[in-house]
Amino acid sequence: MAPTRREFLKIAGVSAIGLVLPTLPGGQISNLSPHITRSAQAGMPASGGVSPTVSGPLPALRAKRWAMAVDAGKCPPGCRDCITACHLAHNVPDFGNPKDDVHWIGLERVDHVFSAETHPRLPESIKGLSVPVFCNHCENPPCVRVCPTQATFQRADGIVMMDYHRCIGCRFCMAACPYGSRSMNYRDPRPFVPKQNPDFPTRTKGVVEKCNFCEERLARGIFPACVTVCKEKALVFGDLEDQGSDVRRLLDGRFSIRRRPELGTGPQVYYLL
Amino acid sequence: MKLYDGGKIIAGIAVFLIVASVPFWYGRGKAVPPPDLKLDTPAIERLKEKLCVEPAPYMRANHMKLLGAWRESVVREGNRSYRAADGKVYKISLTGTCLECHSNKDQFCDRCHDYAGAKPNCWSCHIIPEEVR
Repeated sequence: MAPTRREFLKIAGVSAIGLVLPTLPGGQISNLSPHITRSAQAGMPASGGVSPTVSGPLPALRAKRWAMAVDAGKCPPGCRDCITACHLAHNVPDFGNPKDDVHWIGLERVDHVFSAETHPRLPESIKGLSVPVFCNHCENPPCVRVCPTQATFQRADGIVMMDYHRCIGCRFCMAACPYGSRSMNYRDPRPFVPKQNPDFPTRTKGVVEKCNFCEERLARGIFPACVTVCKEKALVFGDLEDQGSDVRRLLDGRFSIRRRPELGTGPQVYYLL
Repeated sequence: MKLYDGGKIIAGIAVFLIVASVPFWYGRGKAVPPPDLKLDTPAIERLKEKLCVEPAPYMRANHMKLLGAWRESVVREGNRSYRAADGKVYKISLTGTCLECHSNKDQFCDRCHDYAGAKPNCWSCHIIPEEVR
């Protein structure tokens, strides 16, 4: 006798379950060794220096609060040494047109960077100065707040880092950053990197990038590329919490301003004009 | 229960099963040779003990998890050293440490990845030092 509709459906259902079951990943739980700790929490503090450092000939530089001071008066007109050095070190692409521009350090006129602090009667020697502009590594970074994947996060030493692996290219951070410090790779950047540095990765299409205060160099015990390359010593870098640091001594001795402090972001790049 | 157009349906199912199973019986009896991985790079030849950071069976099964853990460790925790199970400390670096020994990426990484049909996207950002030099 032929099966009834009810029996047929029962058999079909059991068969379907039987087909699906063997392919389910049952019991194959990762047998990762216990010594690999995997705490991928955003903004985890940089480990406190107890682990032996084998990352380079010099011990890693650590700080409570990294900061940069720009002694703008020392910048020779038209000098782009810091930008060239940074962009070579970090494989920053040069697309050759302002629409696609990707930059880690920019060069801007003082009256553009500090539109609220300057006025038309200032001498051209001050107004027309070109100053390098960086990611400000804000105390209260708006880009970190808006990032939906925690691809950008703040380290315990103040550096606002990008995890390019996690960036999905939504550009919320670019909208949130009041300083235009972030650039989007609208095209595959690799062919546009003038000279590839194998010690640092490139980015891919659809990934946002920005200055990282040379985090990878600090880990090797050397100061940022822009600071070491500057012949005029116009860029001063160091730990703000360390009273003896160069940047602290400079800020203690002279008047300095920050970009758009009224926004409450707490920028950590200080300008001495 | 009555099956209308039974002949056509059963013939159709038979044709479908034959077509869907073509890859299985077409390749039956033929074994694709396992990849021939080269471990004869100058850096490996120079090693006294030819050992990876962890034992080879562990690396074979778990190198992708180890690399994932290394990535999180460096990027998010700023920790660039790895203590192996045997207590040795290594610098965490894909292009610096891994490719230092396995400098023949196309004869080591790629051969096995091609065999296994794995498509890791490490190299869309990380630069292969051999290709730049």
